[in-house]
Amino acid sequence: MRYLPLSDADRGTMLSEIGVGSVDDLFACVPEDVQLEKLPDLPHHASEMRVEKVIRELAEKNLCADNAPFFIGAGAYHHHVPASVDHIIQRSEFLTSYTPYQPEISQGTLQYLFEFQSQVALLTGMEIANASMYDGSTATGEAVLMAHRLTKRQKALLSGGLHPQYTDVVRTLAKFSETETEELSAGSQQSAEIIDAIDEETSCVVVQYPDFFGNISDLSDIAAAAHEKGALLIVAVTEIISLGLIRPPGSMGADIVVAEGQSIGNGLNFGGPYVGLLATRQKFLRQMPGRVCGETVDQDGRRGFVLTLSAREQHIRREKATSNICTNSGLCSLAFTIHMSLLGEAGLRELAEINHSRAVALSRRLEKIDGVELVTSAFFNEFAIRVSRKADEVVNELAARNILAGLPVSRMLPDVEQFENLILLAATETTSDEDIDRLEAGLKEVLS
Amino acid sequence: MMNRQGRPTALPLSSSEIGETFTGNRALQVEEPLLFEIGSVDRSGVDFEEHEKLTEIPKELLRKERIGLPGLSEPETVRHYVRLSKFNYSIDGGIYPLGSCTMKHNPRLNEKLARLPGFSSLHPLQPERSVQGALELMEMLSDWLLGITGMAGIALSPKAGAHGELCGMVAIKAALEASGESARRVVVVPESAHGTNPATAALLGYDVRPVAAREDGTMGVDAIRDALKEDVAAIMLTNPNTCGLFEREIVEIAEAVHEAGAYFYCDGANLNAIAAKVRPGDLGIDAMHINLHKTFSTPHGGGGPGSGPVVFSKALAPFAPYPRVVREGDALRLEEGHGNSSKDGTAFGRLTAFHGQMGMFVRAMSYMLSHGIDGIRQASEDAVLSANYVRARLADVLNQPFGDQVCMHEVLFDDTSLKGSNVTTLDIAKVLIDEGFHPMTVYFPLVAHGAMLIEPTESESKESLDQFIDALRSICGRATADGGEAMQSAPLFAPRRRLDETLAARKPKLCWKADEADALAAE
Repeated sequence: MRYLPLSDADRGTMLSEIGVGSVDDLFACVPEDVQLEKLPDLPHHASEMRVEKVIRELAEKNLCADNAPFFIGAGAYHHHVPASVDHIIQRSEFLTSYTPYQPEISQGTLQYLFEFQSQVALLTGMEIANASMYDGSTATGEAVLMAHRLTKRQKALLSGGLHPQYTDVVRTLAKFSETETEELSAGSQQSAEIIDAIDEETSCVVVQYPDFFGNISDLSDIAAAAHEKGALLIVAVTEIISLGLIRPPGSMGADIVVAEGQSIGNGLNFGGPYVGLLATRQKFLRQMPGRVCGETVDQDGRRGFVLTLSAREQHIRREKATSNICTNSGLCSLAFTIHMSLLGEAGLRELAEINHSRAVALSRRLEKIDGVELVTSAFFNEFAIRVSRKADEVVNELAARNILAGLPVSRMLPDVEQFENLILLAATETTSDEDIDRLEAGLKEVLS
Repeated sequence: MMNRQGRPTALPLSSSEIGETFTGNRALQVEEPLLFEIGSVDRSGVDFEEHEKLTEIPKELLRKERIGLPGLSEPETVRHYVRLSKFNYSIDGGIYPLGSCTMKHNPRLNEKLARLPGFSSLHPLQPERSVQGALELMEMLSDWLLGITGMAGIALSPKAGAHGELCGMVAIKAALEASGESARRVVVVPESAHGTNPATAALLGYDVRPVAAREDGTMGVDAIRDALKEDVAAIMLTNPNTCGLFEREIVEIAEAVHEAGAYFYCDGANLNAIAAKVRPGDLGIDAMHINLHKTFSTPHGGGGPGSGPVVFSKALAPFAPYPRVVREGDALRLEEGHGNSSKDGTAFGRLTAFHGQMGMFVRAMSYMLSHGIDGIRQASEDAVLSANYVRARLADVLNQPFGDQVCMHEVLFDDTSLKGSNVTTLDIAKVLIDEGFHPMTVYFPLVAHGAMLIEPTESESKESLDQFIDALRSICGRATADGGEAMQSAPLFAPRRRLDETLAARKPKLCWKADEADALAAE
């Protein structure tokens, strides 16, 4: 078996060194009646060629974003990732190392985590950031719990413009951690409605920017209203590239910014692994969840980095920890950091401009089609259209024509009349004129 | 002196004679500044297509101020991160015997397959008809995990082990609520448990009731019975436990837990010792997470991403969260659930957007198909054999806190044999670094004083095990022979000496700041 180095001769020598007759003797501590006599009914080992064939056949049954005009976003975006990113993250020293518990031989990981934290803080306009979370949705859930600890209040107010699955995650966590959520009904984020709903029990207001339907709006008024009532503002960003073009949440009064970082450095991967970003203000440092890397010096006075502030964490504090989190998204945060280093500020701004320009070009073409109405006004690279038929039927018929047209909003918000005909579409730098032509032609066909 | 290969072990010069280098570099170890010290905001390593510039964003929402993000050209970027990589130890480069973490070989086939565009370039919200192969792989992975564990239901979506614990414990809480037993407010957790166990219980509002193990390091059913009062919702037990021992009375413990009307959560972090040898389902477990990044070799990546699917007993399966993959005739469908309007009304909700760590599912499936169920059994046996070999060869120089007894996939020592010397467990770890090895897990579990937890895994050859063991024996010998004062200055040869962790925590510096750097330059 190609992955197991021990030979039968080795096993024999090792057993005699241990002083037992067989491997079964090593399992003697397992009650006999639960030891498996027969192997479970599953296939036996296979050659590399065979395994590759089985899994490749499954992969080939899928229609992937590279092979079709593609317009789906809604929290995960189809971007181009430079080849050098994937090359570097596959280096043994990054791919096959563990959490940097022994900093003297983990400076590679620790230094890129420090760079990552610095990039995230700059991008979000905040003061500090942690070493990443599982993804944007779980980061949002953790941010809400963090706000509860900071305000000693228990109620999170969720904007109707928050990604419905993020709302589901926060609600599930709240329900079982015995805190509260107040959910505004789904729809474009309305400042006035949110401000009206903030009260003395509100621990935090959670808004999305750009919101789930693609709208961008100034969050300063919401921040001011929240702060006036002693609540915090949490801003969730699902398309992090947007912050290359639009004002960062930090400049509008956000207290915690969480984001899905997938768009930078990471592929779509059918939903994971992704990388959650969490940034906040210096004064909230000790209530921040997750791993954190900090700068220090070694015995000889050389600069070095360590995991720090572990007094917040589960392996030290156990039931008093700020979170149960142990793993972060190490390798995905490395991909983020490398891609961001390649882009630099100039590249990020240009990438963001292209994304926006492609979306504007797409929207201008689509709104001219009979039976299509543009719903979102100010947007970054994603917007909603209302079509003259049920959105899920339209999207399915386009998929049958090999066009992946966008998300029928009813997939996430079913049984609501106003969403039945709504399609959410995203454009990125990968969206070509030809893609737009084909979508336009397809839509005309299925709507006629 | 000569080493086992007959090569000299002494340095060419004593370190004081070496003095310094002009650059601070040490041959292949090249000091690398921060990105922020070498990049600039106007440099970039990416070229774009020409495009028509269109803007429809209100001016007041545009980002006008400088962001401060440095960029590099592609060659500079590659060099920067390649140099950083050289400061890392890795399993590809040597044995990584971190107990409880399971650093086994990561087959590159798995990486290749996870990168097939049919998976890596698939959006989670595409129409189901366009992702049937992905759903099929998820179904196949579920079948394997259920077959190996003998459990009834599964949730693939949890993103890591601790997230899986949360998933399992939420299912338990939901089941208790459904049967009107919300008054149960306590979770019983052994003192040797991973820190994530009590942290997860506390997150859900439970009080944690710790129980002590017996003198042999395992849990006795009597101690559990004493802790099982009417207020107990669940027990969280790791098996094999964090001392590397199989819980012999686990079946009786499960019966006692169920008799008391509570649920049995098993931390499955150590499944790699018993996969295809024992089925957790036969032990009476109600929920267990499986770390795909441990047992099924998806790479740890410097701290993630992980993946922590949870398997459930028949009693808990209905409470499994969304999403779920369901078969309808020839086609597979995703049940995604929406808000509070779940159809059967029992799913407890949703723990993450989308469907879980697909990239990790592909890698784990590749590992399972490669090994087959026979190879998985062999891997479990080899892992246990290797740990016991390490134990047998170190038993005369290091003390086992619970006596010299057969262990499972990892062996636990304490610092008893270091008493009388100046050497601590930490010093042993740091000297191992100088000898070219990644140390074992130290100071965990907390139940052993100065714990050293060694998990060699099935991936090491006998020669590799012997090299590690011989080095550790030599270190133990030196520690007791001369008081080991020299060891306190280790490591001497790593990219960094011991780092000041107190300074890092007292004056936290988590991000690069331009103004601080300017001030430094002006000094």
